[in-house]
Amino acid sequence: MESIEEMKARAEQAISGARLEIVPNPGPAGQPSLLLDHEHAFAVANFLRADPALRLDYCSNVTGVDWLDRTVKKKVKVKKLVDGVEKEIEETQEEFFPGYLEAVYHVYSIEHKHGPVVVRLRTRDRAEGAPLPSLTPVWRSAEFQEREIYDLYGIHFEGHPDLRRILMWDEFTDFPMRKDYREPDDYEYEPTPHDEVLEKAKQHYAPRPAEDGAEHLAAD
Amino acid sequence: MTADLPEIAESPQRGMSSHLAGELLEVSMGPQHPSTHGVFRMNVALEGEVVRKLKPVFGYLHRNHEKIGENTSYLGSMPYTDRLDYFCSMTNNWAYALSVEKLAGIEVPERAEYLRIILAELTRLVNHTSLLGFLLSDMGAWGTPLMYAFRERERVLDLFESLSGSRMMCDYMRFGGCRVDLPAGWMERARQIVDGFPRFLDEFEELIT
Repeated sequence: MESIEEMKARAEQAISGARLEIVPNPGPAGQPSLLLDHEHAFAVANFLRADPALRLDYCSNVTGVDWLDRTVKKKVKVKKLVDGVEKEIEETQEEFFPGYLEAVYHVYSIEHKHGPVVVRLRTRDRAEGAPLPSLTPVWRSAEFQEREIYDLYGIHFEGHPDLRRILMWDEFTDFPMRKDYREPDDYEYEPTPHDEVLEKAKQHYAPRPAEDGAEHLAAD
Repeated sequence: MTADLPEIAESPQRGMSSHLAGELLEVSMGPQHPSTHGVFRMNVALEGEVVRKLKPVFGYLHRNHEKIGENTSYLGSMPYTDRLDYFCSMTNNWAYALSVEKLAGIEVPERAEYLRIILAELTRLVNHTSLLGFLLSDMGAWGTPLMYAFRERERVLDLFESLSGSRMMCDYMRFGGCRVDLPAGWMERARQIVDGFPRFLDEFEELIT
Protein backbone atom coordinates (compact mmCIF):
# COMPACT_ATOMS: atom_id res chain seq x y z
CA MET A 1 0.00 0.00 0.00
CA GLU A 2 1.23 3.50 -0.76
CA SER A 3 2.27 5.80 2.04
CA ILE A 4 -0.21 8.11 3.67
CA GLU A 5 1.65 11.12 2.21
CA GLU A 6 1.15 9.81 -1.32
CA MET A 7 -2.46 9.04 -0.51
CA LYS A 8 -2.98 12.60 0.69
CA ALA A 9 -1.28 14.12 -2.35
CA ARG A 10 -3.31 12.05 -4.80
CA ALA A 11 -6.58 12.72 -3.01
CA GLU A 12 -5.91 16.46 -3.01
CA GLN A 13 -5.10 16.31 -6.69
CA ALA A 14 -8.25 14.35 -7.51
CA ILE A 15 -10.61 16.50 -5.47
CA SER A 16 -10.11 20.21 -5.95
CA GLY A 17 -10.27 22.20 -2.73
CA ALA A 18 -9.92 19.21 -0.42
CA ARG A 19 -7.81 20.05 2.63
CA LEU A 20 -6.36 16.90 4.11
CA GLU A 21 -4.12 16.78 7.11
CA ILE A 22 -1.88 14.01 8.35
CA VAL A 23 -2.23 13.44 12.08
CA PRO A 24 1.04 11.93 13.29
CA ASN A 25 1.13 9.24 15.96
CA PRO A 26 4.06 9.74 18.32
CA GLY A 27 3.49 6.39 20.08
CA PRO A 28 5.32 3.13 19.33
CA ALA A 29 2.56 2.04 16.94
CA GLY A 30 3.45 5.06 14.79
CA GLN A 31 0.31 4.80 12.71
CA PRO A 32 -0.52 8.19 11.18
CA SER A 33 -4.06 9.03 10.21
CA LEU A 34 -5.80 11.18 7.66
CA LEU A 35 -7.90 14.10 8.86
CA LEU A 36 -10.62 15.13 6.40
CA ASP A 37 -12.32 18.50 6.15
CA HIS A 38 -16.11 18.57 6.45
CA GLU A 39 -16.94 19.91 2.99
CA HIS A 40 -14.95 17.33 1.04
CA ALA A 41 -15.12 14.38 3.44
CA PHE A 42 -17.70 12.55 1.36
CA ALA A 43 -15.78 13.09 -1.90
CA VAL A 44 -12.47 12.05 -0.35
CA ALA A 45 -14.02 8.95 1.22
CA ASN A 46 -15.49 8.08 -2.16
CA PHE A 47 -12.07 8.55 -3.72
CA LEU A 48 -10.45 6.23 -1.14
CA ARG A 49 -13.07 3.66 -1.90
CA ALA A 50 -13.10 3.90 -5.69
CA ASP A 51 -9.44 4.57 -6.48
CA PRO A 52 -8.07 1.46 -8.24
CA ALA A 53 -4.80 1.50 -6.30
CA LEU A 54 -6.45 1.87 -2.90
CA ARG A 55 -9.92 0.28 -3.12
CA LEU A 56 -10.62 0.77 0.58
CA ASP A 57 -13.94 -1.03 0.35
CA TYR A 58 -14.40 -2.22 3.92
CA CYS A 59 -14.97 -0.04 6.96
CA SER A 60 -14.17 -2.27 9.88
CA ASN A 61 -14.68 0.06 12.80
CA VAL A 62 -15.90 3.53 13.64
CA THR A 63 -15.36 4.98 17.05
CA GLY A 64 -15.81 8.30 18.82
CA VAL A 65 -13.32 10.23 20.91
CA ASP A 66 -14.02 13.15 23.21
CA TRP A 67 -11.20 15.64 23.50
CA LEU A 68 -11.72 18.13 26.30
CA ASP A 69 -10.40 21.69 26.33
CA ARG A 70 -6.82 21.63 27.48
CA THR A 71 -4.06 24.03 28.29
CA VAL A 72 -0.50 22.93 27.78
CA LYS A 73 2.18 24.62 29.83
CA LYS A 74 5.48 25.05 28.06
CA LYS A 75 8.70 26.43 29.36
CA VAL A 76 10.29 28.69 26.80
CA LYS A 77 13.60 30.51 26.99
CA VAL A 78 13.10 34.13 26.12
CA LYS A 79 15.75 36.82 25.70
CA LYS A 80 14.85 39.91 27.64
CA LEU A 81 16.47 43.12 28.72
CA VAL A 82 16.94 43.06 32.47
CA ASP A 83 18.47 46.24 33.90
CA GLY A 84 19.85 47.09 30.51
CA VAL A 85 21.54 43.69 30.08
CA GLU A 86 20.17 41.08 27.72
CA LYS A 87 19.52 37.87 29.62
CA GLU A 88 17.97 34.55 28.81
CA ILE A 89 15.01 33.95 31.07
CA GLU A 90 12.84 30.87 31.30
CA GLU A 91 9.17 31.70 30.99
CA THR A 92 6.10 29.50 31.28
CA GLN A 93 3.71 29.92 28.42
CA GLU A 94 0.25 28.49 28.32
CA GLU A 95 -1.23 27.28 25.10
CA PHE A 96 -4.95 26.66 24.93
CA PHE A 97 -6.40 23.92 22.72
CA PRO A 98 -10.19 24.04 22.45
CA GLY A 99 -11.97 20.70 22.81
CA TYR A 100 -13.66 18.82 20.03
CA LEU A 101 -15.30 15.50 19.28
CA GLU A 102 -13.81 13.08 16.82
CA ALA A 103 -15.00 10.16 14.73
CA VAL A 104 -12.31 7.67 13.73
CA TYR A 105 -12.83 5.25 10.85
CA HIS A 106 -10.64 2.20 10.22
CA VAL A 107 -10.89 1.19 6.59
CA TYR A 108 -9.38 -1.79 4.81
CA SER A 109 -9.31 -3.14 1.30
CA ILE A 110 -10.72 -6.61 0.86
CA GLU A 111 -9.76 -6.58 -2.80
CA HIS A 112 -6.09 -5.68 -2.33
CA LYS A 113 -5.85 -7.13 1.20
CA HIS A 114 -4.32 -4.04 2.71
CA GLY A 115 -5.09 -1.63 5.49
CA PRO A 116 -5.98 -0.25 7.86
CA VAL A 117 -6.07 3.37 6.85
CA VAL A 118 -7.23 5.53 9.72
CA VAL A 119 -9.56 8.34 8.71
CA ARG A 120 -10.57 11.05 11.17
CA LEU A 121 -13.27 13.68 11.25
CA ARG A 122 -13.33 16.41 13.88
CA THR A 123 -16.19 18.63 15.00
CA ARG A 124 -15.66 22.36 15.47
CA ASP A 125 -16.52 22.25 19.17
CA ARG A 126 -18.07 20.06 21.83
CA ALA A 127 -21.58 21.51 21.49
CA GLU A 128 -24.56 19.18 21.63
CA GLY A 129 -25.38 17.94 18.16
CA ALA A 130 -22.10 19.19 16.69
CA PRO A 131 -22.30 18.21 13.01
CA LEU A 132 -20.09 15.92 10.98
CA PRO A 133 -20.72 14.57 7.49
CA SER A 134 -21.86 10.95 7.56
CA LEU A 135 -19.73 8.44 5.68
CA THR A 136 -22.45 5.77 5.79
CA PRO A 137 -23.36 6.43 2.13
CA VAL A 138 -19.77 5.46 1.27
CA TRP A 139 -19.23 2.62 3.74
CA ARG A 140 -22.53 1.00 4.60
CA SER A 141 -21.08 -0.80 7.62
CA ALA A 142 -20.67 2.57 9.35
CA GLU A 143 -24.42 2.93 9.78
CA PHE A 144 -24.84 1.37 13.22
CA GLN A 145 -21.51 2.61 14.48
CA GLU A 146 -22.27 6.21 13.55
CA ARG A 147 -25.57 5.75 15.35
CA GLU A 148 -23.64 4.53 18.36
CA ILE A 149 -21.37 7.59 18.26
CA TYR A 150 -24.42 9.82 17.98
CA ASP A 151 -25.94 8.00 20.94
CA LEU A 152 -22.92 8.06 23.22
CA TYR A 153 -21.08 11.24 22.16
CA GLY A 154 -23.80 13.42 20.61
CA ILE A 155 -22.20 13.98 17.21
CA HIS A 156 -24.87 14.69 14.60
CA PHE A 157 -24.02 12.85 11.36
CA GLU A 158 -25.48 14.76 8.45
CA GLY A 159 -26.64 12.56 5.60
CA HIS A 160 -27.04 9.47 7.80
CA PRO A 161 -30.06 7.45 6.62
CA ASP A 162 -31.46 6.63 10.06
CA LEU A 163 -29.87 8.61 12.88
CA ARG A 164 -31.47 7.43 16.12
CA ARG A 165 -30.18 6.33 19.50
CA ILE A 166 -29.08 2.73 19.29
CA LEU A 167 -28.09 1.55 22.78
CA MET A 168 -29.72 4.04 25.12
CA TRP A 169 -33.48 4.40 25.06
CA ASP A 170 -35.05 7.11 22.89
CA GLU A 171 -36.07 9.31 25.82
CA PHE A 172 -32.55 9.46 27.21
CA THR A 173 -31.11 12.96 26.93
CA ASP A 174 -27.41 12.83 27.79
CA PHE A 175 -24.31 11.39 26.08
CA PRO A 176 -22.71 8.83 28.39
CA MET A 177 -19.30 8.50 26.76
CA ARG A 178 -18.44 12.17 27.02
CA LYS A 179 -15.69 12.81 29.52
CA ASP A 180 -17.76 15.29 31.52
CA TYR A 181 -20.81 13.03 31.76
CA ARG A 182 -22.25 12.60 35.22
CA GLU A 183 -24.56 9.74 35.98
CA PRO A 184 -27.99 10.74 37.26
CA ASP A 185 -28.83 9.67 40.81
CA ASP A 186 -31.83 7.74 39.64
CA TYR A 187 -32.36 6.69 36.06
CA GLU A 188 -36.07 6.03 35.90
CA TYR A 189 -37.84 6.11 39.20
CA GLU A 190 -41.45 5.12 38.89
CA PRO A 191 -43.80 4.30 41.75
CA THR A 192 -44.87 0.68 41.48
CA PRO A 193 -47.77 -1.23 43.06
CA HIS A 194 -45.14 -2.69 45.32
CA ASP A 195 -44.82 0.67 47.13
CA GLU A 196 -48.58 0.90 47.79
CA VAL A 197 -48.67 -2.63 49.16
CA LEU A 198 -45.77 -1.84 51.41
CA GLU A 199 -47.51 1.28 52.75
CA LYS A 200 -50.68 -0.68 53.50
CA ALA A 201 -48.74 -3.44 55.17
CA LYS A 202 -47.09 -0.95 57.50
CA GLN A 203 -50.48 -0.03 58.94
CA HIS A 204 -51.01 -3.60 60.11
CA TYR A 205 -48.10 -4.09 62.37
CA ALA A 206 -46.92 -2.17 65.37
CA PRO A 207 -43.49 -0.62 65.11
CA ARG A 208 -40.78 -2.65 66.82
CA PRO A 209 -38.02 -0.17 67.42
CA ALA A 210 -36.05 -2.58 69.57
CA GLU A 211 -35.76 -5.17 66.83
CA ASP A 212 -35.93 -3.09 63.77
CA GLY A 213 -34.78 0.48 63.61
CA ALA A 214 -35.84 0.99 60.04
CA GLU A 215 -39.47 0.21 60.69
CA HIS A 216 -39.52 2.60 63.55
CA LEU A 217 -38.26 5.32 61.30
CA ALA A 218 -40.83 4.51 58.63
CA ALA A 219 -43.74 4.56 61.11
CA ASP A 220 -42.88 8.08 62.22
CA MET B 1 -68.24 -20.75 7.19
CA THR B 2 -65.80 -21.22 4.36
CA ALA B 3 -67.86 -19.08 2.02
CA ASP B 4 -66.67 -15.85 3.61
CA LEU B 5 -63.01 -16.57 3.11
CA PRO B 6 -61.42 -15.29 -0.09
CA GLU B 7 -60.03 -17.84 -2.44
CA ILE B 8 -56.37 -18.56 -1.96
CA ALA B 9 -54.68 -18.37 -5.30
CA GLU B 10 -51.30 -19.68 -6.27
CA SER B 11 -48.82 -17.36 -4.66
CA PRO B 12 -45.61 -16.30 -6.37
CA GLN B 13 -43.88 -16.49 -3.02
CA ARG B 14 -43.87 -19.35 -0.63
CA GLY B 15 -45.97 -18.73 2.43
CA MET B 16 -47.79 -15.73 1.09
CA SER B 17 -51.44 -15.96 0.16
CA SER B 18 -52.89 -13.52 -2.32
CA HIS B 19 -55.38 -12.07 0.15
CA LEU B 20 -52.46 -10.89 2.26
CA ALA B 21 -50.58 -9.34 -0.62
CA GLY B 22 -49.80 -5.68 -0.12
CA GLU B 23 -50.88 -5.62 3.50
CA LEU B 24 -48.07 -4.98 5.89
CA LEU B 25 -48.31 -6.05 9.49
CA GLU B 26 -45.84 -4.58 11.92
CA VAL B 27 -44.68 -6.99 14.58
CA SER B 28 -42.28 -6.38 17.42
CA MET B 29 -40.37 -9.62 17.88
CA GLY B 30 -38.63 -9.92 21.21
CA PRO B 31 -36.66 -8.76 23.11
CA GLN B 32 -35.71 -12.39 23.31
CA HIS B 33 -32.77 -14.77 23.29
CA PRO B 34 -32.84 -18.54 23.71
CA SER B 35 -30.73 -18.32 26.84
CA THR B 36 -32.04 -14.87 27.85
CA HIS B 37 -28.70 -13.09 27.87
CA GLY B 38 -27.99 -10.57 25.16
CA VAL B 39 -31.66 -10.13 24.33
CA PHE B 40 -32.39 -8.75 20.91
CA ARG B 41 -35.53 -7.29 19.37
CA MET B 42 -36.58 -6.97 15.77
CA ASN B 43 -39.24 -4.64 14.46
CA VAL B 44 -40.44 -6.42 11.36
CA ALA B 45 -42.97 -5.55 8.69
CA LEU B 46 -44.59 -8.73 7.45
CA GLU B 47 -46.50 -9.33 4.28
CA GLY B 48 -48.09 -12.66 5.01
CA GLU B 49 -45.13 -14.74 6.08
CA VAL B 50 -42.63 -12.75 4.07
CA VAL B 51 -40.48 -10.27 5.92
CA ARG B 52 -40.52 -7.00 4.00
CA LYS B 53 -38.63 -4.77 6.39
CA LEU B 54 -36.61 -5.45 9.48
CA LYS B 55 -35.12 -3.04 11.97
CA PRO B 56 -32.95 -4.56 14.66
CA VAL B 57 -33.24 -3.05 18.15
CA PHE B 58 -30.51 -3.83 20.63
CA GLY B 59 -28.88 -2.37 23.70
CA TYR B 60 -30.94 -4.35 26.21
CA LEU B 61 -27.82 -5.82 27.67
CA HIS B 62 -25.21 -3.29 26.72
CA ARG B 63 -22.21 -3.37 29.03
CA ASN B 64 -20.42 -0.37 27.51
CA HIS B 65 -17.04 -1.91 27.69
CA GLU B 66 -15.33 1.40 26.90
CA LYS B 67 -16.77 2.92 30.07
CA ILE B 68 -15.62 -0.05 32.13
CA GLY B 69 -12.23 0.34 30.51
CA GLU B 70 -12.04 3.98 31.61
CA ASN B 71 -12.32 2.90 35.23
CA THR B 72 -9.84 0.05 35.26
CA SER B 73 -6.23 -0.60 34.30
CA TYR B 74 -5.15 -2.03 30.98
CA LEU B 75 -4.57 -5.41 32.56
CA GLY B 76 -7.82 -5.14 34.51
CA SER B 77 -9.70 -5.20 31.22
CA MET B 78 -8.24 -8.58 30.25
CA PRO B 79 -10.76 -10.75 32.16
CA TYR B 80 -13.61 -8.75 30.62
CA THR B 81 -12.49 -9.88 27.18
CA ASP B 82 -13.19 -13.48 28.21
CA ARG B 83 -16.81 -12.54 28.70
CA LEU B 84 -17.31 -10.88 25.33
CA ASP B 85 -17.69 -14.33 23.84
CA TYR B 86 -17.12 -17.20 26.21
CA PHE B 87 -16.79 -19.69 23.38
CA CYS B 88 -13.62 -17.92 22.25
CA SER B 89 -12.07 -16.45 25.37
CA MET B 90 -8.51 -17.24 24.30
CA THR B 91 -8.82 -15.45 20.97
CA ASN B 92 -10.56 -12.50 22.60
CA ASN B 93 -7.69 -12.27 25.08
CA TRP B 94 -5.31 -12.37 22.18
CA ALA B 95 -7.00 -9.64 20.18
CA TYR B 96 -6.91 -7.33 23.18
CA ALA B 97 -3.29 -8.24 24.00
CA LEU B 98 -2.30 -7.56 20.38
CA SER B 99 -3.83 -4.11 20.39
CA VAL B 100 -2.17 -3.11 23.66
CA GLU B 101 1.13 -4.54 22.44
CA LYS B 102 0.83 -2.48 19.29
CA LEU B 103 -0.02 0.60 21.33
CA ALA B 104 2.90 0.20 23.71
CA GLY B 105 5.38 -1.38 21.30
CA ILE B 106 5.80 -4.61 23.31
CA GLU B 107 7.49 -7.61 21.71
CA VAL B 108 6.33 -11.15 22.43
CA PRO B 109 8.82 -14.01 22.86
CA GLU B 110 8.68 -16.72 20.22
CA ARG B 111 7.54 -19.46 22.60
CA ALA B 112 4.58 -17.33 23.70
CA GLU B 113 3.67 -16.70 20.07
CA TYR B 114 3.57 -20.46 19.46
CA LEU B 115 1.51 -21.01 22.59
CA ARG B 116 -0.95 -18.35 21.52
CA ILE B 117 -1.40 -19.89 18.11
CA ILE B 118 -1.89 -23.39 19.55
CA LEU B 119 -4.49 -22.07 21.99
CA ALA B 120 -6.25 -20.06 19.29
CA GLU B 121 -6.50 -23.15 17.09
CA LEU B 122 -7.85 -25.20 20.00
CA THR B 123 -10.36 -22.41 20.61
CA ARG B 124 -11.39 -22.73 17.00
CA LEU B 125 -12.10 -26.43 17.55
CA VAL B 126 -14.21 -25.56 20.61
CA ASN B 127 -16.08 -22.88 18.77
CA HIS B 128 -16.78 -24.82 15.59
CA THR B 129 -17.86 -28.04 17.31
CA SER B 130 -20.26 -26.02 19.46
CA LEU B 131 -21.50 -24.23 16.39
CA LEU B 132 -22.34 -27.52 14.69
CA GLY B 133 -24.05 -28.81 17.82
CA PHE B 134 -26.16 -25.70 18.33
CA LEU B 135 -26.95 -25.36 14.65
CA LEU B 136 -28.29 -28.90 14.47
CA SER B 137 -30.16 -28.33 17.70
CA ASP B 138 -31.84 -25.27 16.21
CA MET B 139 -32.60 -27.17 13.03
CA GLY B 140 -34.55 -29.75 14.98
CA ALA B 141 -32.04 -32.46 15.84
CA TRP B 142 -32.64 -31.64 19.45
CA GLY B 143 -30.10 -32.65 22.04
CA THR B 144 -28.11 -35.61 20.83
CA PRO B 145 -25.73 -34.00 18.30
CA LEU B 146 -25.16 -31.14 20.73
CA MET B 147 -24.13 -33.59 23.44
CA TYR B 148 -21.69 -35.30 21.07
CA ALA B 149 -20.24 -31.92 20.17
CA PHE B 150 -20.05 -30.87 23.80
CA ARG B 151 -18.29 -34.09 24.74
CA GLU B 152 -15.53 -33.18 22.31
CA ARG B 153 -15.52 -29.56 23.36
CA GLU B 154 -15.11 -30.57 26.98
CA ARG B 155 -11.87 -32.42 26.18
CA VAL B 156 -10.35 -29.17 24.93
CA LEU B 157 -11.81 -27.21 27.84
CA ASP B 158 -10.08 -29.68 30.20
CA LEU B 159 -6.83 -28.66 28.55
CA PHE B 160 -7.68 -24.99 29.08
CA GLU B 161 -8.54 -25.67 32.69
CA SER B 162 -5.28 -27.47 33.38
CA LEU B 163 -3.43 -24.53 31.83
CA SER B 164 -5.30 -21.48 33.09
CA GLY B 165 -7.40 -22.76 35.97
CA SER B 166 -10.68 -22.07 34.22
CA ARG B 167 -12.61 -23.85 31.52
CA MET B 168 -14.02 -20.82 29.76
CA MET B 169 -12.92 -17.63 31.54
CA CYS B 170 -9.28 -18.34 30.82
CA ASP B 171 -7.79 -14.85 31.25
CA TYR B 172 -4.60 -16.39 29.95
CA MET B 173 -2.87 -13.91 27.65
CA ARG B 174 -0.76 -11.11 29.03
CA PHE B 175 0.79 -8.09 27.32
CA GLY B 176 4.06 -9.42 25.98
CA GLY B 177 3.29 -13.09 26.45
CA CYS B 178 1.17 -15.59 28.33
CA ARG B 179 0.40 -15.94 32.01
CA VAL B 180 2.06 -19.30 32.74
CA ASP B 181 4.02 -21.87 30.82
CA LEU B 182 2.55 -25.25 29.94
CA PRO B 183 2.30 -27.78 32.79
CA ALA B 184 4.11 -31.11 32.42
CA GLY B 185 2.47 -33.48 29.96
CA TRP B 186 0.13 -30.84 28.56
CA MET B 187 1.50 -30.92 25.05
CA GLU B 188 1.19 -34.72 24.94
CA ARG B 189 -2.48 -34.51 25.97
CA ALA B 190 -3.12 -31.79 23.43
CA ARG B 191 -1.57 -33.93 20.74
CA GLN B 192 -3.80 -36.87 21.65
CA ILE B 193 -6.91 -34.72 21.47
CA VAL B 194 -5.95 -33.22 18.14
CA ASP B 195 -5.06 -36.66 16.73
CA GLY B 196 -8.40 -38.02 17.86
CA PHE B 197 -10.36 -35.17 16.34
CA PRO B 198 -10.77 -36.52 12.79
CA ARG B 199 -12.33 -39.64 14.34
CA PHE B 200 -14.92 -37.43 16.02
CA LEU B 201 -15.67 -35.69 12.75
CA ASP B 202 -16.31 -39.02 11.02
CA GLU B 203 -18.48 -40.16 13.91
CA PHE B 204 -20.39 -36.89 13.88
CA GLU B 205 -20.95 -37.07 10.16
CA GLU B 206 -22.32 -40.59 10.47
CA LEU B 207 -24.58 -39.46 13.29
CA ILE B 208 -26.20 -36.65 11.38
CA THR B 209 -26.26 -37.81 7.77
